[in-house]
Amino acid sequence: MKEPLLEVRDLWVEVEGKEVLKGVSLIIPKGETHALFGRNGSGKTTLLMTIMGFPSYRVKHGKIFFKGEDITHLPPYERAQRGIGIMFQRPPTIRGVKLREMLSLCAKENGVKIEELAREFGFEPFLDRDVNRGFSGGELKKSELLQLLVQDPDLALIDEPESGVDVENLQVISRMIRRLLQKDTHRPRTKSGLIITHTGFILQYVPADLGYVMIEGQIYCRGNPLEIFEGIQKHGYEECVSCLRRIGGA
Amino acid sequence: MSEKDRRSLEPKLENFRPAKEGQAPRSLEELSPEEWAHLKEAGFDTQIPKEGEFFQADAHVVQCRSLPEGLELMPVTEALQRYDWIGDYWWKAVSAEKDVYTRATAEDLDEGYFIRVLPGYRLVYPVTACLYIRTPEVVQKVHNLVIVEEGAELNLITSCTTHPGVRSGFHIGVSEFYVKRNGKLTFTMIHEWAEELHVRPRTGIIVEEGGTYVSTYVTLHQVATVQSFPHCRLVGPGARATFGSVVVAPKGSLLDLGAQISLEAPGTRAEIISRSVSTGGETIARGHLIGKAPEIKAHLECQGLMLSDEGAIKAIPQLDAYYANVDMSHEAAVGKIAQEEIEYLMARGLSEEEATSLIVRGFLKVRIEGLPETLQKRIDQAVELARAGL
Ligand SMILES: Nc1ncnc2c1ncn2[C@@H]1O[C@H](COP(=O)(O)OP(=O)(O)OP(=O)(O)O)[C@@H](O)[C@H]1O
Ligand SMILES: [Mg+2]
Repeated sequence: MKEPLLEVRDLWVEVEGKEVLKGVSLIIPKGETHALFGRNGSGKTTLLMTIMGFPSYRVKHGKIFFKGEDITHLPPYERAQRGIGIMFQRPPTIRGVKLREMLSLCAKENGVKIEELAREFGFEPFLDRDVNRGFSGGELKKSELLQLLVQDPDLALIDEPESGVDVENLQVISRMIRRLLQKDTHRPRTKSGLIITHTGFILQYVPADLGYVMIEGQIYCRGNPLEIFEGIQKHGYEECVSCLRRIGGA
Repeated sequence: MSEKDRRSLEPKLENFRPAKEGQAPRSLEELSPEEWAHLKEAGFDTQIPKEGEFFQADAHVVQCRSLPEGLELMPVTEALQRYDWIGDYWWKAVSAEKDVYTRATAEDLDEGYFIRVLPGYRLVYPVTACLYIRTPEVVQKVHNLVIVEEGAELNLITSCTTHPGVRSGFHIGVSEFYVKRNGKLTFTMIHEWAEELHVRPRTGIIVEEGGTYVSTYVTLHQVATVQSFPHCRLVGPGARATFGSVVVAPKGSLLDLGAQISLEAPGTRAEIISRSVSTGGETIARGHLIGKAPEIKAHLECQGLMLSDEGAIKAIPQLDAYYANVDMSHEAAVGKIAQEEIEYLMARGLSEEEATSLIVRGFLKVRIEGLPETLQKRIDQAVELARAGL
């Protein structure tokens, strides 16, 4: 097996007094992209937010390792500095702060060319607007991905990137994620990703190496992401419970 | 702060020495590099392009020069001697009998500036004025008069600050501004006083038909007390006024600020926007809009950020309407920084302190409509400079 980048070990997480994750374990090796499926409310976003380290997601039990280091109790900015990045589903507006300034803060002098990237993805006109202020749904996605591209994390946590995005912008967003996860490179990849998707569209553009299904705070199925997704489409999520029985939890 | 503490903050004139006893420099060259650094922070910069410059230390005018045609700039005592018509303006927008401070200024004046822009002259660059307290423990009583004649335009930046060695003092500043038909006055005041300074601006503005007045007030550093409540009258149809303020109250500061705008002619418009941050001090954000004519539009917006459990922010908006056909509104919101915003920035690699400082700075970057871009930049710069202290 390749070197693990992220390891989540028997994670139990409570949000606002509610137990949401009930013993989640997974390993994302360096250079791999994994996909996470599951019903609304099953705990997918909670898993991503816990990996990023937001304080309202309280780890009751279990551990998170990143690059071999126990990061379970580090604040989000220290995780960001170690190479974890997240795409928010509903990012807040930061008024009075221009996107350009936000991007240069994300870059932390890593040499990423902000203007060039923005131009490449048609987002230049937004550089001088307040971060997320009055952005449409699709623009928010692009703003988030641009920030991630500039931040250049080793592990990108991507929550429903295609929801509410029109077909043309889906192409742009897919290109951004492909860039983020080095999908166009022939050299061995170093960047990893965890992508939540309901529609599976994104997987047509951004191939994933492994898929999971989350059911009521637990990970049930592990396997070929496209096959899992087809299974969900045909038989619904319940099928995954039996699927797990069939493959014995691998 | 208890009522008792607050009363003891009310400065008494007899506790200060007359500014006329101050040691005034003969020229700006005599000022030390430390003094210049302080002056620059308060926005007084001799390097920027400008139409005119006025510098008063304590009770003495040190520098007063103007370049272009169409601009009259002189010490106000000189204008009082030169123009017999000045009585039409002197104490006509502010009453000399208003309070103990205006009376003291009427009785014993320590100078001030007179600025008049002749009809039709639209000055491109700003006129900068600095009212400087250079001697400890003095009371400086200033009376300024600005007349923007028909169709004329003026950008006036006033910087008010102290010698770096001065900790305590008292500044009284009476200002009367007249904007004639279709004239425009943009007035920006940056305060950077000392810890134990008391400040009492007394300002009256009268705007005629089609005229515009845009006022911006910035104070980001500690000062003992400031109490300021300009009265602006929009007396001609279509006149407009905008008041913006960007205020930080550090521990030990009491800032009682606001504006009253009286809309006295049809089609007038008024707006008051205030942003206050308390880092332990107290701010009161007042706004009073009076609709005395039909077809007017007025809006008041007060927003406050509390960064500490000490101190206070009080928003006191008032709207008075006397006609059916008016559009008057206010919004006020006081709170702490949204945790969600801090977490968002932390996920991008900013520490909690960096995130807080960025959000506060953004909060203070209020866009004031009608403010020239260069002035907006200066205010943003002042906020940047203060960032370390937030
Ligand atoms: N801040 C919160 N306060 C209260 N309950 C929460 C909070 N965050 C999550 N939950 C609850 O935890 C459960 C899991 O939520 P989560 O957002 O992780 O689901 P999800 O799998 O991402 O769903 P979706 O597909 O709808 O995005 C839900 O029942 C949700 O209501
Ligand atoms: Mg979700």
